[in-house]
Order: sequence, then structure tokens, then C-alpha cells
Amino acid sequence: LIAVAQKSLLHGGARRADRLFSWLCLGSGLLVLVVLGLILLSTGNEAMPAFRDEGVGFLTSKVWNPAAGQFGALAFIYGTLVASAIALVIAVPISFGLALFITEIAPKKLRTPVVYIMDLLAAVPSVVYGLWGIAVFGREIAKVYDDVSRTFDGIPVLGNVLHGANGRSFMTAGIILAIMITPIVTSISREVFATVPRDQKEAAWGLGATRFEMIRGAILPYSRNGLVGAVMLGLGRAMGETIAVALVIGSVPSIRASLFESGDAMAAVVANQFGEATGTHRAALIGLGVVLFVMTVIVNVLARKVAGRTDRRLGGKA
Amino acid sequence: MSAVFGARTPHDAKLLRRRRGVDYGFTGLVFACVAIAAVPLVAIVFYVVKKGGGVMSVDFLTKDIPILTRSLGPGMGPAIVGTLVITGAATAMAVPLGILAAVYLNEYGRTNRLATIIRTMSDVMTGVPSIVMGLFIYTIWVLRYGLSGFAGALALACLMLPIVIRSTEEILRLVPAGLREASLALGASRARTILTVVLPAAVSGIVSGALLAVARAAGETAPLLFTIGASRKANTDIFEGANTALSTQIFRNATQPFPGAQARAWGAALTLIVLVVVLTILARIITKRFAVPMR
Repeated sequence: LIAVAQKSLLHGGARRADRLFSWLCLGSGLLVLVVLGLILLSTGNEAMPAFRDEGVGFLTSKVWNPAAGQFGALAFIYGTLVASAIALVIAVPISFGLALFITEIAPKKLRTPVVYIMDLLAAVPSVVYGLWGIAVFGREIAKVYDDVSRTFDGIPVLGNVLHGANGRSFMTAGIILAIMITPIVTSISREVFATVPRDQKEAAWGLGATRFEMIRGAILPYSRNGLVGAVMLGLGRAMGETIAVALVIGSVPSIRASLFESGDAMAAVVANQFGEATGTHRAALIGLGVVLFVMTVIVNVLARKVAGRTDRRLGGKA
Repeated sequence: MSAVFGARTPHDAKLLRRRRGVDYGFTGLVFACVAIAAVPLVAIVFYVVKKGGGVMSVDFLTKDIPILTRSLGPGMGPAIVGTLVITGAATAMAVPLGILAAVYLNEYGRTNRLATIIRTMSDVMTGVPSIVMGLFIYTIWVLRYGLSGFAGALALACLMLPIVIRSTEEILRLVPAGLREASLALGASRARTILTVVLPAAVSGIVSGALLAVARAAGETAPLLFTIGASRKANTDIFEGANTALSTQIFRNATQPFPGAQARAWGAALTLIVLVVVLTILARIITKRFAVPMR
């Protein structure tokens, strides 16, 4: 109403400037949609030769042989999913613990340092994690892998899964990814825990619940959807993470159950092979990018749907 | 529930002890989580400082990158220049556009259909993998105009844009409506109100959000790999010729077995981390110190 009333007060020039500014803002907003659309169009277009040659085989064939012109991405999709799954298994419980620590348990003095640790973990660039992973962590952890695989040798299933002793492997990639996604999962879980109404918590305290019982009975049920969303956003991050994985996963496109052996992942192979790729090989790598883009967009959209994050914010709950 | 107020029967006492035990155990687990999360940070900082500190010198920060990766000795100057120039150009593009888009979302669109879509999509865009941004700029820019620092800046700008939009919008939402109404009631136009009242009130939050986006962009490698090429001399002209950056230098040198390359990778990592951490801490300080007290 104010806007309408005051519009009539403005004289011509000011009104035009006003209108111009609002168009400028709108244009900037639309840029997001334009860029997202262009990403799909432009990369999809360049990837066409590979999609045409391989058809559905691009997604279902596990033979990736650039020299022979065979481009099946299944091994990379497998690697991405395995490494991301390991990352989630490790990072999710720790992140929930950290989020609970920050929101419910920590004495005030400890809260800020822990938030700082999270900020710094998030600030370390991906390539530095990769460098540390390949030069330090991978070498040290290989000894642990060796011990573990010896311990479980011969036991069915476990013996196969926990086999090998390679520092550059699915497991190393998964652990590095876990470190990298912990800050984001923690910060979203924190946001979720912070939305639990105070009276619900106080009701639990009032019934004589211990802190653990309060968390289990009041906080967790209320936050379930939000937490699922947080996990899925973490998954999206893990799937798209490139450089660290490119350095530590070992770059051997293979589908095997043993977690301590080398593999490869979608984003990682693009980073490693794109430089010397030409023709269909290059198109196939761009195609991997397209598949990755679609997968991460789906995961992100679902995550936000489940968490109802956008809606809750719009609802005006500050 | 009598257990809480005091155990009256032996059974109650046992139950109470068990509940307390579970609670202590849980608290212990949570503290363990904090310890586990701190370990990698400490380890990484330790190694980066130890190995990177060993090669740090004025020569390292200023000299050109050696021609042969196997040669020993310093030189990351061009990468530092490249990182600063490329990130700077990306900031110059993404921050103004991001702020304007946030202004649209919070001041004009609010809850209408289009604004809701843009908001959701910019959330989705924050989740787009950085390597996809690199491929995108490669297909849409590099194939036509060739490798350049600007191409890298475009890719980084695409990454920063949604981060700036979301953080700015969060801050704009905190600006009290009374400020806007007062300005409008004085006869100021909406544009003038936004530019002279709303944005200044939110400036510290906007700056700190932007700095975090810059910090994230400065550390990115994947979007630069196929957009800026490689150069061993400093190139301050972002529109012409190949460029280089700290992050891509770390990536390339990390895969080389030669001690010289390894040392340069660690040195570059230390430089990059210092840069990024300074930006992050600066953002924190700005948020804390200059926060406009609202309500």
C-alpha cells in the first residue's frame, strides 16, 4: 500500500530510475535460473556424441576404454556411490553428535571453539585435503588396512569387503570425504535442532527426563525430517566432491567389493582425464558431468523437500 | 516418575542408576565426537605448517614456477598472482549480482511464485558440484574464446553467486521493517530506500557473507582445471592467455613423485590456507564487531 501511495508522489525521472532498479534486481535473480538452464543445455549438447554412441550403455556398461572408444560409466558411478556411502556412515553420527554438543550439551565456554573448528574444517580447500590424503594419511592408514584385512581374511563377506591394503582406495576417499562433509551436515543439523520448540524440551525436563531421554524423546522426533535433509545434502556434497577424491581414490575404474582397493569416481575421473581427452572421450567425460549434475540436483531438491527448509523459512519462524 | 525425585524402593534406585548411566555414556559419546572431529584439523594444520613452512621464503612467494616439475627450489609467485586476480574478478562479478538478486528476493519478490522458484533454485545451485561449473564454462566459453583467467573467474562466479544470494537474503530479512517504512514515509523511492537505508543497515552481514564466498572460491580447484590452462609466469591480464592458480598448482604437483614438486605443493598449500583462513576470520570479526544492533 505504501508503495502504491508513494509511487504517485515521485516525479518522472525518479520513477524511471526506481523502475530500472527493480528490473536490475529481477534480472539478477533470473540469472540463477538462466545459469542452471544453460549448464544442462550446454554440457548436454557437448556430451551428445558420447550419449549417441553409447546409448543406455553409457550408464550400464562397466567398460571404460578410451583407446578402444568404449565409454561405460558404471564403474565411476559405483565408485562415487561407495565412497559417498562410506563418508555418510562415518560423518553422520559424528555430525549429529557435534550438533547436539553445540546446541544442547556444551558449556558456553566450549561452544565457540567447537564452532570455530567446524568453520576451519569447512574452510580448508578440497585440494589441501587431497594433498594430505595422498602424502600423509593414505600412507599411514594403509598399515591399518593391512592389519584389518589380515584379521578378517577368510571370513565370508567381511573378508571380501575388508580386503586389500592400498592407501589409495575407496576407504581412504570415503574417510577424507567424511571429514569434508562433517561441517555442512553439522551446521544444518544445528539449524534443525534449534527449531525444536522450547516448551517441548521443557516438558521433557519437567517429566524428569535425563538429558539423553530429553534428546531422544523431544528433540529427535521433532527433527527427523530435517535430519534426513541434512544427510542428503551431505550426500550431494560427497558425490560432487572432486579434487580430494581424484587424488586419493587410486584412479582404477573397477567394480569390486573390497574397500581397501583402488577405484575411481565420476568427478575424479573428469578431473584426471579431461586434460588429455579429445573427441568422444572428451564428450564422454562431459557426459559424466551431466549425469553428476542431474544426480546432485535430484538429491538436493529431494533433500530440501524432505526438510521443508524453504517453506519453514518462508513461514516467518525466525 | 518418582525415580527423579528420590529413589523410594530398591527397584527405583536401580532404574535411576541405569538411566543416569545411559545419560553419562551418551554425553561421553558426544564429547568423543568433538575429539574425533578435531583430530583431522589438527593433523592437516600440523603437516601443512611443517612441510609448507620448510619451503616458505620470499623467493618462494615471488619467483616464477620452474620449467621442470622435477627441479628443486622455489617459485609460486605466478600462482599467487593468478589466485588473487582470478578470485578478484569472480568477486567483482558475483557479489554485486548476488546482492541485487537477494534484494529482488527479499524486497520485491518476497513470497510470490517467481521468488520462491529462484530461492529454491539458488539453494539447488549451491549443491552443483564445482567440477560441473568448470565443464559448463569450458563448453560455453573456453571452446569459443580459449583458456584465460577470465574463464576461470566465470566458473568461480557461478559457484559464488548462490552463496552470496542466500547469505545476503538472510541478512536483509533481519533489517527491521520500520526502517523501510520510515524511509518510504519520508517520500523516498523504493530504490533509494534500498540503497541508502536497507543495504547500509545490513552491510556488515553482507560483507562477511561475501568474504566466506570468496574464501570458498579461492580454494577451488576443479572449476579452474580446464578453464585457465597453465602458465609458469605471472599473468595479470585475465582476458588474454593462460593463467595459473595456487589450487591447480597443488593438484598438479601433488601427483608428481619428485621432492621439489612435493615441496612446492606443500608450500602452495600453506599459502592458500593462510589466505583462506584470513578471509574466514576476517568475516567472523566483521560480523561480530560491526553488527548493527537490531531490536
